[in-house]
Amino acid sequence: MRLIVKNGYVYDPLNSVDGERMDICVKDGKIVEKVDERKAKIIDAFGMVVMPGGVDIHCHIAGSEVNAGRLLRPEDHFKDIEAKTAITRSGVGHSIPSTFTTGYRYARMGYTTVMNPSMPPLEARHTHEELNDTPMVDKATYPLLGDWWFVLEYLRDGQFKECAAHVAWMIDATKGYAIKIVNPGGLEAWGFGRNVRDINDPVPHFNLTPKEIVRGLCRVNHLLHMPHTIHVHTNNLGKPGNYATALETMKCVENLNNGDKPVIHITHCQFSAFKGSDWRTMESGAEEIARYVNRRKHVTLDMGQVVFTDTTTMTADGPFQYILYQLTGNKWVNHDVETETSSGIVPFRYRRKSYVHATQWSIGLELALLIEDPWKIYLTTDHPNGAPFTTYPRIISWLMSRRARKRTMEKISRRAQRRSLLPSINREYSLYEVAVATRAGTAKALGLKQKGHLGVGADADIAIYNLNPDQVDLAKKPKAVRRAFQTSAYTIKGGEIVAINGDIVKSVEGNTIWVDVKLSSNPRTVVSDLKRRFREYWTVEYENYPVPEDYLTASSPVSVKAEV
Amino acid sequence: MITLRPRHRFTVPVDAECITPDSFADKSIEEIAALQAWEGNRKRVLGDLFKIEGETSAMQEKVSIHIFEDVSKVRRIGAGMSMGEIVVEGSAGMHLGEGMKGGSITVSGDAGSWAGCMMSGGTLEIKGDVGDYVGAPYRGSTKGMGGGLIVVHGNAGNEVGCFMRKGLIKVHGNIGQFAGVHMKKGTIFVEGKCEGRAGAEMVGGKIIICAYIPSVLPTFTIDTIKPKVKVNGEVILGPFYQFIGDLADNGNGKLFVSQTKNPHLKFYEKYL
Repeated sequence: MRLIVKNGYVYDPLNSVDGERMDICVKDGKIVEKVDERKAKIIDAFGMVVMPGGVDIHCHIAGSEVNAGRLLRPEDHFKDIEAKTAITRSGVGHSIPSTFTTGYRYARMGYTTVMNPSMPPLEARHTHEELNDTPMVDKATYPLLGDWWFVLEYLRDGQFKECAAHVAWMIDATKGYAIKIVNPGGLEAWGFGRNVRDINDPVPHFNLTPKEIVRGLCRVNHLLHMPHTIHVHTNNLGKPGNYATALETMKCVENLNNGDKPVIHITHCQFSAFKGSDWRTMESGAEEIARYVNRRKHVTLDMGQVVFTDTTTMTADGPFQYILYQLTGNKWVNHDVETETSSGIVPFRYRRKSYVHATQWSIGLELALLIEDPWKIYLTTDHPNGAPFTTYPRIISWLMSRRARKRTMEKISRRAQRRSLLPSINREYSLYEVAVATRAGTAKALGLKQKGHLGVGADADIAIYNLNPDQVDLAKKPKAVRRAFQTSAYTIKGGEIVAINGDIVKSVEGNTIWVDVKLSSNPRTVVSDLKRRFREYWTVEYENYPVPEDYLTASSPVSVKAEV
Repeated sequence: MITLRPRHRFTVPVDAECITPDSFADKSIEEIAALQAWEGNRKRVLGDLFKIEGETSAMQEKVSIHIFEDVSKVRRIGAGMSMGEIVVEGSAGMHLGEGMKGGSITVSGDAGSWAGCMMSGGTLEIKGDVGDYVGAPYRGSTKGMGGGLIVVHGNAGNEVGCFMRKGLIKVHGNIGQFAGVHMKKGTIFVEGKCEGRAGAEMVGGKIIICAYIPSVLPTFTIDTIKPKVKVNGEVILGPFYQFIGDLADNGNGKLFVSQTKNPHLKFYEKYL
């Protein structure tokens, strides 16, 4: 199919295009220099914003914990129902939509690539089954490897090459995309009802500190030439005073820097930027984190913004979720402790009048606004932990408009208002910066060469928003911005129009992207060690553990050549 | 007054949330007959299912709907109603008065489970028996009955007043297990017997049981013996054992159990 998107205001930060009026040509699912106008379908994007399809770097949409969350929350589903149409399937869900609905809702917002950030390796099949059923978007998933016995043992013994070979095998076995580390060491301790206090507190039974795990896996990541950096959820997440832990985690890999390239991604940083000693004295640590990040090149972040709504928190961080359960008294699920990680799920409501929740809201925005370089901090809500992904348009309007921030500010807890830094921040994102934070920056951080830009050869994933930056003063009209980003005028996925003005017009299957690591040597010792362990300890056989490639409906491997 | 009579005997569940004074107000008989309902998996209009007669009123508070004959297959009668009156001369189905905010529903026969679920106001009176989950929240939710009055003249099933937050449930007959489970506030008054486990995980509110209860949960502690208890101003003569619980949830709910009808609970008196 050939397409020409005519006359739109194009925002393509990776190719330094900032709002130029130009045409984008598409042929066979790729962006091309030129197509024959007589044979192409023409989309008139006059007075509209044209961006690459959105790339979400961190969003829990599939896997065992997400599904357990769905089971836990019937009351979340019954108020938000989507009936089936001739093209789409029916579905439910506010904070944890069913798989098909997730795909449709992303497509309606102009997102075309979504990263599912936590997959216990033992649940890889389940995760891929759900990802197979998530249409409209390309997706990938990160296996959780930071608390994995093999990894911990190799790192304890200083066997980085063996560890790298093992991680390569795990990435291939789980069809994963990046190394995810959640509360390094803490999840392993949680298996025995404990946690680690900070990044220098040794993991019980292993005599290894979280710092060594992060550093070790960062080196492994470099040895394997993975496209993304290590994706880290810090220790002490969600505890007052944890900004220090976040800073230490960033600092500990500072000397492993790889030229100008980042080596660590701190995810949902808002949850790791609390100052104070308890909940009463808790305040924002965004300034300190921003000051550090502004002077460094080795780190990227994502926001993990909180929006005042009813949602479901789910992380692989079992001990943190246990604390949350104790705080709220809500029902909860402690999950996956028997697998390579752990996880917990607690329904949660963020309230405007709660000092802590309002401060969290403020921290997320402070981080995004105080970190000067938009290529370093990306827009996420850690769906569904901070809020469902459907709230992104609202966050965009907060980032783009002081007025929108002020309006929300007036409604939040007085004490949080007084302590927030937001009133002193004048910065307002431009559309160019929004494009960086939602697509170009994330695609770059993920090492997705075909995504996040509109240059020749890129995948033809395009989002067209009905917003005229020449006529609308974006900072003064936050509602118009929100409306525009809520429902794209057109979403084009792989060269096909999939959504028009919020209606799904075509259901397409997205590819599952994974990293195919090519090792230069044959890691015989690693495999024989694995086989022996499987025989002795596992509930599944070695042969049944890996997810075969034909298990993925649309497999799209990215080949990398490792140093080991 | 508008009267509804089933045109045939329903063999599959009928989902008719449109039978409310709110949706009937300001409509002619023809318009009412065109309202949508489901019979099993088939979409129907109300006129297909019921013979509809009578006079309509533009005023919601004056709309009075009378349903004759057995409609125990019809679900969600009076869902979300805020004013007016529904009288069922027979038995009603599940989810009767779901989420009702005002007005009144009277049923001369029995009602199914989930009667008055998510209710926040109004009056629901059932002359016969009722199923489980009277005044309960939606599955998984913690927002139970938030106000209003439910009166059951017959027996009620399990989990009466689950997650209750406000209001009053009166059962003149017997009730099943787990009355007032997770209750936060409000009152459950039972004239008959209770099958036990009353007030499990309750944190506040009052449960009064005037007849036999096999046992009180071990997480309740005896507080005192009261000669009488007040239910919305009405004095109920006892004497009653007053228990406090559920201590497993740091609860401060009150469970009153008749002293005379429960001689097997006499051993609690030595802890007073």
